[in-house]
Amino acid sequence: MAQRTVTVASASGLHARPAKLFVQEAVRLGVPVRIRVGEKSVPANSMLGVLSLGATKGTEVTLESDAPGADAALDALVTLLAQDLDAEGALDG
Amino acid sequence: MAPPPVLPDPRQVADLAAEAAMVGKALESVTADLRQRATAAARDTSGGDNAAPAGGGDAAEILDALAMIADDPMLREDAEAAVRGGLDAPHALDTAFTHHRETLAALGGYLAERAADLDDLKHRAIAACLGLPMPGIPAPGHPYVLVAEDLSPADTAGLGTDVVALVTEKGGPTSHTAILARGRGLPAVVACAGITALADGTVISVDGKTGQVGVGLTDEAVAELRRNDQEERDRLAKSSGPGRTADGHPVKLLLNIGSAADLRPGAEGVGLFRTEFLFLDRKQAPSFEEQVAAYAEVFARAELVVVRTLDAGTDKPLPFLGLPLEPNPALGIRGLRVDRVLPDVLDTQLDAIAEAARATGADAWVMAPMVTTPAEAAGFARRARARGLTRVGAMVEVPAAALLADRLLEEVDFLSIGTNDLSQYTFAADRQHPGLADLLDPWQPALLKLIAACADAGRAAGKPVGVCGEAAGDPQLAPVLVGLGVTSLSMAAVCVPSVRDELSQHTLEDCRKLAARAR
Repeated sequence: MAQRTVTVASASGLHARPAKLFVQEAVRLGVPVRIRVGEKSVPANSMLGVLSLGATKGTEVTLESDAPGADAALDALVTLLAQDLDAEGALDG
Repeated sequence: MAPPPVLPDPRQVADLAAEAAMVGKALESVTADLRQRATAAARDTSGGDNAAPAGGGDAAEILDALAMIADDPMLREDAEAAVRGGLDAPHALDTAFTHHRETLAALGGYLAERAADLDDLKHRAIAACLGLPMPGIPAPGHPYVLVAEDLSPADTAGLGTDVVALVTEKGGPTSHTAILARGRGLPAVVACAGITALADGTVISVDGKTGQVGVGLTDEAVAELRRNDQEERDRLAKSSGPGRTADGHPVKLLLNIGSAADLRPGAEGVGLFRTEFLFLDRKQAPSFEEQVAAYAEVFARAELVVVRTLDAGTDKPLPFLGLPLEPNPALGIRGLRVDRVLPDVLDTQLDAIAEAARATGADAWVMAPMVTTPAEAAGFARRARARGLTRVGAMVEVPAAALLADRLLEEVDFLSIGTNDLSQYTFAADRQHPGLADLLDPWQPALLKLIAACADAGRAAGKPVGVCGEAAGDPQLAPVLVGLGVTSLSMAAVCVPSVRDELSQHTLEDCRKLAARAR
């Protein structure tokens, strides 16, 4: 199983806009990925699941997938989580 | 505006697959509806259409986020599992939404506020399932007139900038709808019999000044109304500069903001920086460094900023404070009173405000919410001044503070009147109560008398007394407040042009006459 651990960098945590951008990217990639905080693990393409993790700035999250294409998908999602998505112009969208 | 659907009695499910498909279809239709509105809202913002509302981009983002939740795989799975457990489609949706709502509510703060979004989505999904019209405030993706039986504070809390006028079948001149419309500068007609019988999408005109609603308009009439409205808007948009009466008496026009994102040009500074809005979603207290950064961001972009220290309590919870629930939260530990149980919070915040002010060289004023006695004002002033903050004030929201405004001003440099809470406490009427809106009308003479007492004390002491809260953004009330002796008005950015315009049409003497009549 491919696995990455990353610290949430967005000022507002994994809520609101950062959560939306993360979930949108997970849906776009189309690779089943789970995101975990401690014992709680949810599908990365679920907005309600991701919000329910309650991850704030500095929370360590683990991304996991054993689907084909997992490594590339996890890398893309880690890159996203490692930047401050609240900052102006962090992404084109 | 359609009411939320009523869940029918549960029915026996014969065909599980068909029932699960109904769940899926309902969620898909809600998602598609929201996506379509999001696209329309985004198009309105970028299309260069003059009639497009400001903040259409925000509306599109919000609608998009709601669509993602309606489309959530976990939600759908849970609802389908509930069908397999024997529930019919509407009850399965109810169960799944309620489950996720409780999960979010338990997390507190920002996420607990999103729980209300789930209720709205639940109502939409159940309505879709039952073939009923979509409930709640509509979001057609273009500017519209909101027509309803009546509007409660809960209905209007999330009212978007795409609403251009309000018409209600019920209500009176002091109903919540009328008060809300005044605060936002929206034309409104209340007690308009028969209006809810109009079909959705009918083109109507609304004149808030005469109370007339026009239907059956010709294209020429619509074009003329649009032209006149645009001329009025252009005139207001051209208004600029500091607030002045017709004879040049200055009245500072300031903004109410929750973060740097709410700053807009055109005002003379920030009259109410609601710092608690920065930290609604926190489970741990924001650090000194983080607070310095957030305050400095605002200080760097506004000439004058009045910072209100955290206004939290069990009625407006900040999860990181961990305050116990109270039976009577509005009368309990809130605002400055939190300092009685958690003094470190205010110390850290004052340190951070002072540091941000030093770093930016800003004209930073600081005030405490819910000050009740001169002793409380003195204690707050001492702690703020010890950190080098030179402009220290008290909010007046409690009648006891207004009655001793002169003694408060022996301790602090300025007062800022929070009319919403001052109304609530003066009239013993919950600000959210739909049946008591007439008591919460800012034109109530008892409220104006308390404001006058504060303004008189300010004049005697030679110190500024401002008003923040909805009343300050009401163009009709602005000259009255100035006539009472108020020296600044702090409001939502959208209200500034019409308040500035209205003030410029009255002399100070005129304002005083209006004030004497209103009292």
